[in-house]
Amino acid sequence: MKSAENKPLLEVKNLKKYFQVGKNQILKAVDDVSLDIYKGETLGLVGESGCGKSTFGRTVIQLYEPTDGRIVYDGREINGSLPSAERHGFTRKMQMIFQDPYACLNPRMKVIDIVAEGIDAHGILSGEERTKKVLELLETVGLSEEHANRFPHEFSGGQRQRVGIARALAVNPEFVICDEPISALDVSIQAQVINLLKELQEKRGLTYLFIAHDLSMVKHISDRIGVMYLGAMVELADSESLFEAPLHPYTQALLSAIPIPDPDVEKSRSRIMLEGSLPNPVNLKEGCRFASRCPYAEQLCKEKTPEMKEVRPGHFAACHKAM
Amino acid sequence: MSRLLEVNQLQVHIKTQHGIVQAVRGISFYLDEQETLAIVGESGSGKSISVKSIMGLLPKNGKIVGGSILLEGKDLSKYSERQMQTIRGSDISMIFQDPMTSLNPTMTIGKQIVEVLKEHRKDMTKTQMKDRALELISLVGISNPETRFDQYPHQLSGGMRQRVVIAVALACDPKILIADEPTTALDVTIQAQILDLMKDLQKKIKTSIIIITHNLGVVANIADRVAVMYGGQLVESADVRELFYQTEHPYTKGLLASIPKASHKGGELTAIHGTPPDLMDPPKGCPFAARCTKTMEVCRQYPPEDMLCGESHHARCWLLDERAKAFRE
Repeated sequence: MKSAENKPLLEVKNLKKYFQVGKNQILKAVDDVSLDIYKGETLGLVGESGCGKSTFGRTVIQLYEPTDGRIVYDGREINGSLPSAERHGFTRKMQMIFQDPYACLNPRMKVIDIVAEGIDAHGILSGEERTKKVLELLETVGLSEEHANRFPHEFSGGQRQRVGIARALAVNPEFVICDEPISALDVSIQAQVINLLKELQEKRGLTYLFIAHDLSMVKHISDRIGVMYLGAMVELADSESLFEAPLHPYTQALLSAIPIPDPDVEKSRSRIMLEGSLPNPVNLKEGCRFASRCPYAEQLCKEKTPEMKEVRPGHFAACHKAM
Repeated sequence: MSRLLEVNQLQVHIKTQHGIVQAVRGISFYLDEQETLAIVGESGSGKSISVKSIMGLLPKNGKIVGGSILLEGKDLSKYSERQMQTIRGSDISMIFQDPMTSLNPTMTIGKQIVEVLKEHRKDMTKTQMKDRALELISLVGISNPETRFDQYPHQLSGGMRQRVVIAVALACDPKILIADEPTTALDVTIQAQILDLMKDLQKKIKTSIIIITHNLGVVANIADRVAVMYGGQLVESADVRELFYQTEHPYTKGLLASIPKASHKGGELTAIHGTPPDLMDPPKGCPFAARCTKTMEVCRQYPPEDMLCGESHHARCWLLDERAKAFRE
C-alpha cells in the first residue's frame, strides 16, 4: 500500500507539544516527534497511557497548538496562521474518531444532526439533499434510516461508534485520525468496527492514523507502527518487522507483556518484566527516557538522549544499543 | 481439592424505571480450593452482578429471586446484611476494576489496611495490626513499607494502587478473592506485573480466585477453569485448555475467532454480527440464537439444556443434542 516514491500525505517534523503544569514545571507531552504518513496507508501509534500518543493526534489535527515543529499536509504547511479559507478547506480533509462513544456525541442532538454537523459547519448541503446524504452515510456504516431521528442514549456502544464514524465521513475526508476507536467496546463488537474501518478505507482510499494501546488490533490493521514512550517516538517500522524483530528494549518488553489468548503458549513463554512504572514526566532530564527501567542501560544512556536512526531498512529505533 | 463455593440456579432481577432486567437467569458454577476460575462475558452479560450477589453487594434495586450460594455449606443468599458483613472482607474479599475509586483518597495506605483488621480481627492489638499491615504491603511487592504506610493513594501510581487494593483485600486471609476486571484500567506492562503478583500470592497464601475479565489473553494466563456468560446465562464452562482447544459453544467460538490472528493479517476479522439481547425481555429460546451462524428452528423456541461434553465441560447449545448431529456436520 505504501510506496517509497510516493510523496507523504502528512509530514510531521520535530513536533513538540509542551504543557505548563505548574510554576517552572513543564510537561513535554510530545517531544520532538517526526513521522511521515503515506496516502492510503494505516499508521498505528501505540504506547502506554501518558506516552503522548493522543496528544500527538490532537496536535496534528490542530486541536492543540503545537509548541514547535512543522506539520505539512499534502505539501502545505498547516500549523501556524493559515488564512481562514484555507483552514476551512483543511478541516474538511482531516477528521477524527474519538475513543469514548458515550462522551463524543451530544446527548441532546438527534443522530441526523450529529452526523450532519460537519456538513452544516461547511455549508455543503441543505434541506433534502442533506437528509439524503446523512441516510446514505448511516447505511454505509451499517445503521438504518430509522436510526436518524433517535438520540444517542438509544444506541449501544458499538452503534454509537458507528455514528461517530458516519460523522467523520460526512465531509468526505482523506485522512482520519482514529483515537482508540475500539477500546471502549466489547470484544465481539471490536471486530465489527475494525472490519468497517478497513472496508471504508478500501472503498474511499482513506489514510488512517490509528492510535491504540491494544497491540494485537493495531498489528492487524496497520501497515506501519510507531511506538511512543514518555512523549518520544522510540521505534517505527512496518508492522511485521516490529512484531517479529523489535529493536528497542521498551518495544520488546511491551510485546512480551501482551497476554496471548492461548493457554499452552501463555503458560510456557517467558516474559521480560519491567521493573517499576513510568517515571514522572514533568521536567525530564537529558538522557534516554527509558533508561530508568531498561535492563540494558549504561552510563551513556543516562547522559545522552538517543536519536532515531535507521537500524534496518525502514526500521527506525531510538536506542544507543540497537544495532 | 474440596469444594469451597457452590452457586446453584442463581437468578437476579434488577428493577429499573423501564421494567425488570433479568440480569442473571439461573446460573450454576462452583469453585474449589486454591483454584482460579475466570468468568468471561461482554458488558451486560451478568458477570459482575453474579459476583456482586455472592458478596451481598447488589445495588438497592437488585434482588436474588431464586437459587442458592453455598459457601462451605452455608447459604449466603439467605444471609442478612449484618451477617454478610462478617463474611465480606474476611471469608470473601473483592477487588475492583478501578484502583483510583476503591481507595479512600483522604486516608493513608496503612490506615486503610488497618481498618479492615479492626473490623474483623478484634483479637489483635494495635501494634500487631500495624505489623500485619507492613507485612501485607511488602507481600504485594511494594518496597519501603514503612514509608508507604504513611502515604496517601494520590502519591502512588495506578499499578501501585492496585497492589494496595490487593493488600487490603488479603488482610484477613480470605478463602476467596473475587477480582472484577482487576487489570482493565492498567497498562499492559503493569497488567503483566499484577497478574504475576496474583498467581504468586495464590501459591503463598492458598486462596481461591474468581476473576472477571473480557480479555481472553488474561484468561489464558491465569485461569484453571473458565465460565463463559452470555445474556444472563452460563453458556459454556470447562477447564481452560479444553475451553480454548475444544470449544463447543458458538458464542465462545465467535469470541475466540474475533481476536486477530498473526496468520491472516489485514484480512477481515470474524466478527459476531448483531448485538446482545435485551434482558428486560429476554428471548424465550437460546439467548445467542439471533447472532449465531448455526441457528436452528428449535434454538428460537426452546432454551437449550445444560449438556455435558467432557469430564467437566458443560455447554448450553442445541447443536450438542443427539438429534442435531446431522445439522452439526
